[in-house]
Amino acid sequence: MKLTDRAVRFGLKPIVFLASLGPFFYLIWAALTGNLSANPLSDLTNETGVWTLRFVCITLAITPLRKLTGWNALVKFRRMAGLYAFFYATLHLLTYAIVDRFAGLDQAADWVEAIGAGHLPGMTLVASTARGLTKSIGEDIYKRPFITIGFAAWLTMLPLAITSTTGWIRRLGGKRWNLLHRLVYLTGILGPLHYWWLVKADVNRPLTYAAVVAILLGTRVLWNRTRRSVAVPARAPATHA
Amino acid sequence: MLIKRAADIRSSEITDKKLYLNRREFISAAAATTAAVAAGVVGGEGLVQAATPAPHGRKLENVKPSTFSTDEKPNKWEEITTYNNYYEFGIDKDSPSMFARNLKTEPWTVAIDGECAKKGNMPLEDILKGETLEDRIYRHRCVEAWSMVIPWVGFPLANLIKKCEPTSKAKYIEFTTFFDTKQMSARTSAIRYPYVEGLRMDEAMHPLTIMAVGLYGEVIPNQDGAPMRLVVPWKYGFKHIKSINKIKFVEKAPLNTWQDQAANEYGFYANVNPSVDHPRWSQATERRIGEFLRRKTLMFNGYGDQVASLYTGMDLRRNY
Repeated sequence: MKLTDRAVRFGLKPIVFLASLGPFFYLIWAALTGNLSANPLSDLTNETGVWTLRFVCITLAITPLRKLTGWNALVKFRRMAGLYAFFYATLHLLTYAIVDRFAGLDQAADWVEAIGAGHLPGMTLVASTARGLTKSIGEDIYKRPFITIGFAAWLTMLPLAITSTTGWIRRLGGKRWNLLHRLVYLTGILGPLHYWWLVKADVNRPLTYAAVVAILLGTRVLWNRTRRSVAVPARAPATHA
Repeated sequence: MLIKRAADIRSSEITDKKLYLNRREFISAAAATTAAVAAGVVGGEGLVQAATPAPHGRKLENVKPSTFSTDEKPNKWEEITTYNNYYEFGIDKDSPSMFARNLKTEPWTVAIDGECAKKGNMPLEDILKGETLEDRIYRHRCVEAWSMVIPWVGFPLANLIKKCEPTSKAKYIEFTTFFDTKQMSARTSAIRYPYVEGLRMDEAMHPLTIMAVGLYGEVIPNQDGAPMRLVVPWKYGFKHIKSINKIKFVEKAPLNTWQDQAANEYGFYANVNPSVDHPRWSQATERRIGEFLRRKTLMFNGYGDQVASLYTGMDLRRNY
């Protein structure tokens, strides 16, 4: 590729950054203007989940693509893709917490009433809602395997998002940082599993994501083997005094 | 003196160039496959967007009100005709609204079979002959934990059953949905077709159980099960079999499609029951389409006074 560093940094990167926000702004726009389905709350939950999976796949695709094309500038997009995966995953988790859990609490009606009357909910309501919500989400994570897996997938992304800064790379050291960030492989496995467990009968879509992740992880295994057999000396060269 | 130096790499450890290139090719192929698959997923899932509601149909004549109707506010025509589970037309909620128009519903005959005197093909006109159509505004609860209020137009299934003159051996009824790959896209073989459902005879004879042929006083749109679909308001939506073209009177409980798909998740009875969770999600609350707050799901979908007696002595936890 002939793109200069400057062109990537000031041209391509901002474009990709804005494009990645596209689904987010589309969903907000569509929800506010009635352009989602008859069950917009369910759409928001599903779509943020699906976009998480897509960004996880994109993140995992960057290294194989870089090796394949030799275009090393691709690595400059890896952090961004990973952070977007975390961004959509967090939106997904928040939507679930609000739409699925909060909206089912007895306290939710009091919130609607308070906000409708134009005043902020009192401290007692806030406290009892927080308790109710924690219990409701906690029980769901405990009782339902697909929620457990989904929450675990989000947890695997959390330390990666936190340590994504250059400062953290320095603090941890490249080697340890790399090791930690292999957690994304686990994210890639848990994500499609979470999706697969949720659908009623049609497993084609979750399976497709699983296949994409399998190919991307399989490519790494293969590369590692190839590289090891080519580059690593089996024993130290013999010297003669 | 000749000093022999060992090679850095043993020749056995050098990857054969051909093999190495093969791997490159494999990885290229893998990348291409991944890209194709990914494009397929994104394309197949599409962008979620508002669907087009069904066009309005012919107005039905002489429809009488019914005391069985709820006074809750019905959902909008747009909601009832764009948010459907009718897998024969695709698995997304809006797929039926896009593809069901290809279904040809006239002429329509229903094959009557099994333990009854009047076996044979019964045209829809004969089924409707002498029936007084009624407005039945019912709560509708999907097993996926959403609900609507739907103003059906229909007639008691009991009337149709009497016309068929079932024998004393007829303990259950098996219903089948019309299936034709030419008229139904069914892009994914998500479930086995044709779709089959069943009711116990006393459930089928219950005055709440109707065959619906209309919606909002008009001919029922294709995506909602035209020309005739079952409505059993105290049961989850998947029992409400659509576009029925076969009715069979049988001695044993038929194996309904969803039970056949996943018997640990879907049973024969499928009575709405907030205390028996689906193995993967809770049935305690539901989202009424159009509302933000979730409602508490009612036992038998709120029809307990009329139907609870059908199940006295039955363990509803086991017979889910």
